[in-house]
Amino acid sequence: MLPTLRRAVAFLPAAALALAPAAGRTAEAESGGMPQFQFGNELTLAQVVWMVLIFLVLYFLLARWALPQLRSVLAERAQRIAADLDAAKAAKTEADRAVAELTAAARDARAEAQAEIAAAAHSAREAATRQTASLNERLEAELHEAEARIDAARATAMGALREVASETARTMIERLTGRPPQASTLEAALAASLAAPSSSTQG
Amino acid sequence: MAAGPSIDALGQFRLATSLGPVGAAVNFTNANLAMLLTAALVLVLFGYGMRARALIPGRTQAAAEMGYEFVARLCQDIIGEGWQSFFPFVFTLFFFILFGNLVGLFPYFFAFTSHIAVTAALAVIVFGLSIIVGLVKHKLHFFTYFMPAGAPKLLAPVLVPIEILTFLSRPVSLSIRLFANIVAGHVLWEVFAGFMLIVAAALGAIGIVAGVIPLAINVVLVGFELLVAGLQAYVFAVLTCLYLHDAVHLH
Repeated sequence: MLPTLRRAVAFLPAAALALAPAAGRTAEAESGGMPQFQFGNELTLAQVVWMVLIFLVLYFLLARWALPQLRSVLAERAQRIAADLDAAKAAKTEADRAVAELTAAARDARAEAQAEIAAAAHSAREAATRQTASLNERLEAELHEAEARIDAARATAMGALREVASETARTMIERLTGRPPQASTLEAALAASLAAPSSSTQG
Repeated sequence: MAAGPSIDALGQFRLATSLGPVGAAVNFTNANLAMLLTAALVLVLFGYGMRARALIPGRTQAAAEMGYEFVARLCQDIIGEGWQSFFPFVFTLFFFILFGNLVGLFPYFFAFTSHIAVTAALAVIVFGLSIIVGLVKHKLHFFTYFMPAGAPKLLAPVLVPIEILTFLSRPVSLSIRLFANIVAGHVLWEVFAGFMLIVAAALGAIGIVAGVIPLAINVVLVGFELLVAGLQAYVFAVLTCLYLHDAVHLH
């Protein structure tokens, strides 16, 4: 619909020009053609002059007053938003740093505690080892001592046995044969019998 | 024509002086009154509406800021480098035409963009500005604009006149586009409204019922005209930016 009309409107200047001379001023003032093409009407030019004035005033008021004001408001807001964003970013960095610090502190504390526990366990183990060693040593010494005592007791007992045995044997042989036995023969016999296995001797 | 309602689709465009004898003395027309109202509305929105300078804008301030950023982005995108110096001009032009179109949509308010003299004056301002900017920025080098770069020199006698013609047709198409669109809408409205009255007068009760049809068409046309009002202001601003871009950057 519009394109057709636009074409029709585009033809109107020609129509107006054709009409204007024939109709004259009176027809023009009434309904001859479009008022837009009545260039003879001084108001057609007057409105343009006034428009240029109004447009210029509007331009200067906007350019000098309204638009700088708008621009400053927008800039202020952009600046405020940027500043807030920066502050938020800084706060986040700070918080991240604090968290990292906290984590590090916790890790250090844990490591320290573990080291202390390990040291305590180590020293306890060492003390126990030392104690065991000294105990063993003492027991060993006591054992040696006891063995020595036993050996001494056995030697004493053996000595006494030999004396008793030689005495007894000499007495028995004197009584049986009427004469004392030869000392060397007795000694040999005694040594042989005493060297025999203890199980049979003592049993 | 017999007595009774008739269609006078062009009467709405008739110029008359306004503001009484003072206006008559200086030829201040009804179109200029609409322009004054338009300028006042623009200043109210972008001046008075911003008085709060609120960090979190209210409705009016949000609208003003949206308008500012819309035109700023337009200039930035199309003109490119150096858009800031043309921004107030494009801004004024866009909102002068947009508010003018919208004011003109109200009954009894004059649509000053429906006058070819007005739109032509605006187009000539844009055209003149683009030529001045081009000449100031590029001196005589500006005229290389009429010879497309890379084209064979042999074609120059053909290409240069075509380019010059295209260039000269800019203000013509710019002014006629806006003027024709606004006139077409207003004429259609008037025709359908007049038709409604004619039908009602001629057919009595049936006519009153039948008159609902042109009325409904006009209601639909209101939405259409709102679209045209915004679109034509936008097109005018976009083309202005485009011409200024050509003047600044030479293609």
